[in-house]
Amino acid sequence: MPPGARERAARVPYGDATVRAADRFWDVMEPDDRLVTELAHDLDASFEALVGAHADRMYSIALRMLGDPRDAEEAAQDALVRAYRALSSYDAGRIRELRLRPWLATIVLNLCRSKAGRQARRGAAPLSLDRAVPGGSTPGLDPSAPAQQAPTAIVERHAAREAWAIRLASLPAPYRAAVVLRHVDGLSYPEVAVALGRPEGTVKAQVHRGIAILRTMLEAEAHLESQEMTA
Amino acid sequence: MMTTDEAIAATLAGLAVPAPDGLRPAVLTELALADRYARIDSPIGPLLVAWNALGVSLVDAASDEDAFVARHRSVTGRAAYPAESLPAPLATAIERRLSGDPRVRIALDLRGHSPFEQDVWHKALEIPRGEVRPYGWVAAEIGRPRAVRAVGTALGHNPVPLIVPCHRVVRTDGTIGQYSLGGPGNKRTILRSEGLDPEDLESFAAAGIRYLGSDTTQVVCLPTCRHARRIATRHRVPFRSLRAAGEAGYRPCRVCRPDSGAALAA
Repeated sequence: MPPGARERAARVPYGDATVRAADRFWDVMEPDDRLVTELAHDLDASFEALVGAHADRMYSIALRMLGDPRDAEEAAQDALVRAYRALSSYDAGRIRELRLRPWLATIVLNLCRSKAGRQARRGAAPLSLDRAVPGGSTPGLDPSAPAQQAPTAIVERHAAREAWAIRLASLPAPYRAAVVLRHVDGLSYPEVAVALGRPEGTVKAQVHRGIAILRTMLEAEAHLESQEMTA
Repeated sequence: MMTTDEAIAATLAGLAVPAPDGLRPAVLTELALADRYARIDSPIGPLLVAWNALGVSLVDAASDEDAFVARHRSVTGRAAYPAESLPAPLATAIERRLSGDPRVRIALDLRGHSPFEQDVWHKALEIPRGEVRPYGWVAAEIGRPRAVRAVGTALGHNPVPLIVPCHRVVRTDGTIGQYSLGGPGNKRTILRSEGLDPEDLESFAAAGIRYLGSDTTQVVCLPTCRHARRIATRHRVPFRSLRAAGEAGYRPCRVCRPDSGAALAA
């Protein structure tokens, strides 16, 4: 299990986030050994299970790297199609050795990088974030929120989530990738190191540095707010 | 007491979100690992049609969508996701096929079905609109003359009824027989929509008539063969068996090949 995952889940301040972090860990981590065995045995019959188990996290990684939900959906789709094509070219032994979580993360990150590169060259607006979801649907909203919860609480939580997404999106790319994999996706440090192809010490430093930058942003916002209040 | 950094890290876990509903179907259908399905109209009411990049994989009554998806899973092993409509070329092709254009080609995805079943279905595709053939005829034509019952079973399992016209295969005695897509009533409706009168067919069957000959050509046909239907009533000679026709000096039609499976029928 990723070092600190259980402890982290236990001390998450959001009620729903506690559940999600724990669920994600047990839902995704445990069946992966079974899944690679099945993929090695019959790729076509079991790839649907891979999509079922990993589509959410690949989309989340892409969304938090790219900011735009449509770009994220496209990147996640391309990544899963590439994963299938890669698996169909691997022999059974190589598939069984795969560490699915970091391997899939690498594929989606590479696609995010090339997509972001293309956008930068085109001079496109960099980030539109959750707000741009078509049809007014809000992937940031938790559909499992208790019914008795006041709408304002949901709106506030969504606003808070969006604010965090924007802060995250403004992190320099290498820090952002490390922070997203470690804390949004919940990979262990060894898995993040595999996914990013960097030494574990380096990714740990990048995650800590990324969090420190986020803290600085938060403090600056709080400072600004208190100035506005007193003005 | 949690530090600010720990609180930030924990909050970031809440930024994981579910993928949009369309992502899984988009991936699986792009890879032909799942199919789409949509509704079409037919002489027996609305149908659901599933397809993928290789062709049509399932046709069934549109009465229960969940049951259709479940049946699709058990027949193909794949998921099926709803679509607004069929791709325009496929919709046009099916419409033309149902309205009787024999030239239109419709790609079928029959992977996973046995070679015997596929032989039976391909043979059924050769039966022209407005005509029927006995089960025994299909069995003989695919080189398995004794497998009459298995032919019936294979036709009952036809995953793409109407497109593969299993409704054009009837019992050897000439009665209509069973139909997988909603029973014999639908089979009669479809045959009637194709210009064949099931009552005519059954009145021959009731009279024990299996073949019709022409006393001008001395050729004997299955009753619904396009050549048999051209015979004027005064020249029409009914036969109970092919042997009787042979003894009367008649030869089997080369189009409907009544001698296929006739030995067993006799």
